[in-house]
Amino acid sequence: MPEFKMIGGYPEYMRESIKMVEKTRSQRIGKLPTQMTPKEREDVLNLCHPDYVTGGKRSISIGQNKGDIAPNEVIDLLEAYPLIEPGEIDLSEIDYEPDILIIGGGLAGTSAALLANDSGIPAEKILLANKLRHGDANSMMAQGGTQAADRDGDSPVIHYIDAIGGGHYANKPDVVRSLVEDAPKVIKWLCNLGIMFDRDEDGNFKELTGGGTSRRRMHACEDYTGMEELRVLRDEFRNREIPNLEYSPAIELLTDGERVTGAILWNIETEEYKIVRSKAVILATGGFGRLHIRGFPTTNHYGATADGLILAYRVGAKLRDTDTVQYHPTGAAYPQQIIGLLLTEKLRTSGAQPVNKEGEAFVFPLEPRDVEASALIRECYIKDNGIVTPTGMKGIWLDTPLIDTINGKGTTEKAFPAMVRMFNRFGVDMVKDPVLVFPTLHYQNGGVETNPWGKTNVEGLWVAGEVSGGVHGKNRLMGNSTLDCMVFGRRSGVSAAKDVKLNKKRGKLTLEHVKKYIKMLKDNGIKPLRKAPILLPEYRGKAVLARKIDIF
Amino acid sequence: MAKKKLDIMEQIRESNKAVTTGAIDEKDIENWVTIYIMGRAYEVPADLTIMQAMEYAGYRFIRSAGCRAGFCGACATVYRKAGEYKLQTAMACQTRVEDGMYLVQIPFVPAEKAVYDINQESLDLSSLIKYYPELARCVSCNTCTKACPQDLEVMDYIQAAIRGDFKAIAEGSFDCIQCGLCAIRCPAEIVHYHIGQLARRLYGKYGIPEDKNLEKRLEDIGSGKYDEEFKKVMSLSIEKLRAIYVEQQKTREVY
Repeated sequence: MPEFKMIGGYPEYMRESIKMVEKTRSQRIGKLPTQMTPKEREDVLNLCHPDYVTGGKRSISIGQNKGDIAPNEVIDLLEAYPLIEPGEIDLSEIDYEPDILIIGGGLAGTSAALLANDSGIPAEKILLANKLRHGDANSMMAQGGTQAADRDGDSPVIHYIDAIGGGHYANKPDVVRSLVEDAPKVIKWLCNLGIMFDRDEDGNFKELTGGGTSRRRMHACEDYTGMEELRVLRDEFRNREIPNLEYSPAIELLTDGERVTGAILWNIETEEYKIVRSKAVILATGGFGRLHIRGFPTTNHYGATADGLILAYRVGAKLRDTDTVQYHPTGAAYPQQIIGLLLTEKLRTSGAQPVNKEGEAFVFPLEPRDVEASALIRECYIKDNGIVTPTGMKGIWLDTPLIDTINGKGTTEKAFPAMVRMFNRFGVDMVKDPVLVFPTLHYQNGGVETNPWGKTNVEGLWVAGEVSGGVHGKNRLMGNSTLDCMVFGRRSGVSAAKDVKLNKKRGKLTLEHVKKYIKMLKDNGIKPLRKAPILLPEYRGKAVLARKIDIF
Repeated sequence: MAKKKLDIMEQIRESNKAVTTGAIDEKDIENWVTIYIMGRAYEVPADLTIMQAMEYAGYRFIRSAGCRAGFCGACATVYRKAGEYKLQTAMACQTRVEDGMYLVQIPFVPAEKAVYDINQESLDLSSLIKYYPELARCVSCNTCTKACPQDLEVMDYIQAAIRGDFKAIAEGSFDCIQCGLCAIRCPAEIVHYHIGQLARRLYGKYGIPEDKNLEKRLEDIGSGKYDEEFKKVMSLSIEKLRAIYVEQQKTREVY
């Protein structure tokens, strides 16, 4: 990369475009482009959304969702061989025997553990297994807020309609109803546990809107909402002394032939496997951002590799809405060190506008995410109005100085400490200068289908959070993911606890479903080239890997 | 380069290759620096973060990598620059490499977290001292503040804790990512981030007035106020839902 003369974190040539943005700034206040009509939305999606344009997908060739469309990266893992040879695993020695095994320790898994405990399962009969540390999850990185319709002029029904419309009417109605009706309960629960939501002088919640959200119902904690929610729940989890294994990803589920009755955990450091036998399993493993669908960078956590989706599919769980992926409109496009990282939608809610290289506002800032992202891609790649970075990326300005202009000096630093801090670390002052953005892979819209209690079609298996599908249809709204995690984490904890108490008869542990899956792969002529789950993505330097010798 | 014109998605894939696969084309890199990972020297591109540079050098993270975006505290890093005596701290995912960095990461902090029942505590200094008596050992050396990669005024919030000023400690510690670098450096062996967590929960539960709308909405939901309306909308055709949605979007609240 050639050396550029840098001024305030930007190369001189990018400064030229920033001048245009500054020039039009005062004229743009209060004069937003109008919202798109349904037809205009459809057009831009068809033209530029990665899900809608050709390529990148195929149909699933095996299993219960055979014929459904999904991204190639996901199907590559569904059509991959297990990490283990079923015959080489000793299932006769049980290492852990909880009533409920929870896999994944983000907001969903942690909520499940707490509510299972509230529902009468003793702490020592719950086990939480984490791939990395407890709290290593996309939940921790959620910035914008959590939706809950609690103000006058809003209602759970209005929230329902927003979610269904945003999801292109593909959402599963009964789970959406649970989502919106439980939302105020979740907020109350968090308050009782001592969360610090943003409030006005009288103590009432400061609530904002989001893309495609018709009322102000976003409950936020600065731009650290997920972090505050998860660290409060995790602290409560630790106070209850619920057993917790870190660095122990699940690499396969176990059954008794009829229902899910445990899992194989793998110590990612010592490489030893452990057998867990349980009466119920709750999968809360998150999404697939680190699969880099269609080569997009991602906002996601290092561990977001679709593990739960793969394990659930092998045991016969039905998936839905696998054909759509959420690209967040505003990922960082510059500087190079933070490409793909999230710039919360709350920035636009607070007045920041997407602006092209000529300083023109070209899109209503709060269209639903899929529409907004497509409009940014169109502006860069079809209208050629993007700004090219020194590494060859194209981006759009997000005019962040407008936030202080509209809401008063100091607002940005107070409401967005995480964003300001991140850009400052790399020499950019987002209070004074706009920042460059481009859509980034953000969320797995679809996943394992459930009933309103997180229960799947497979006995003994519950799922909660991003690994599940149905509640967001084909596109999730801002503030509905942290909510989804907590609503269905809680519900699955309650439901699994109830099921445990029925004391159903359970047989010996088997890996028959894995053997069958391997046979199905072979019968379909799928060569053993890939293994899954992948657990972590691979970013090591290619020159090093080319000369790597595996000795130990 | 082949002359074939790439479509939009191929262009996007191509321009993000380094970030999504680690495939860096060495011939495109003009600026290189030398970093010392636990003492051993590696040449790496100058534009990478510490985390990306370590991966470029061939390290695969299990510990010391998490969200990769500055929110989780997993990649706490201590470094010294060649020729300097000063130990500095950073988050590996949020810091660009510099020439001559001697780096080591802190994979785990062996700090004790108090176990308590939030419902049995009160907004009182004694709650903090009871669980974290070492709080009183603070010598105001400010080492914690200097160690904080979030640039928080850590010592100030610990001093606020000693005074029992819950608002100040809650707000002062709010942006803490719990990486533990403060605790590792503290000569008094205070665990600042756990004290901050306890104080924030007490303040959040006992120190803030309640929202005026929430209770009423919970009552309404509990009494089945929305059941009829839900029954109706849940049975509508997509066309009818779309019409309601479009109208509802027109009544959007100003933000």
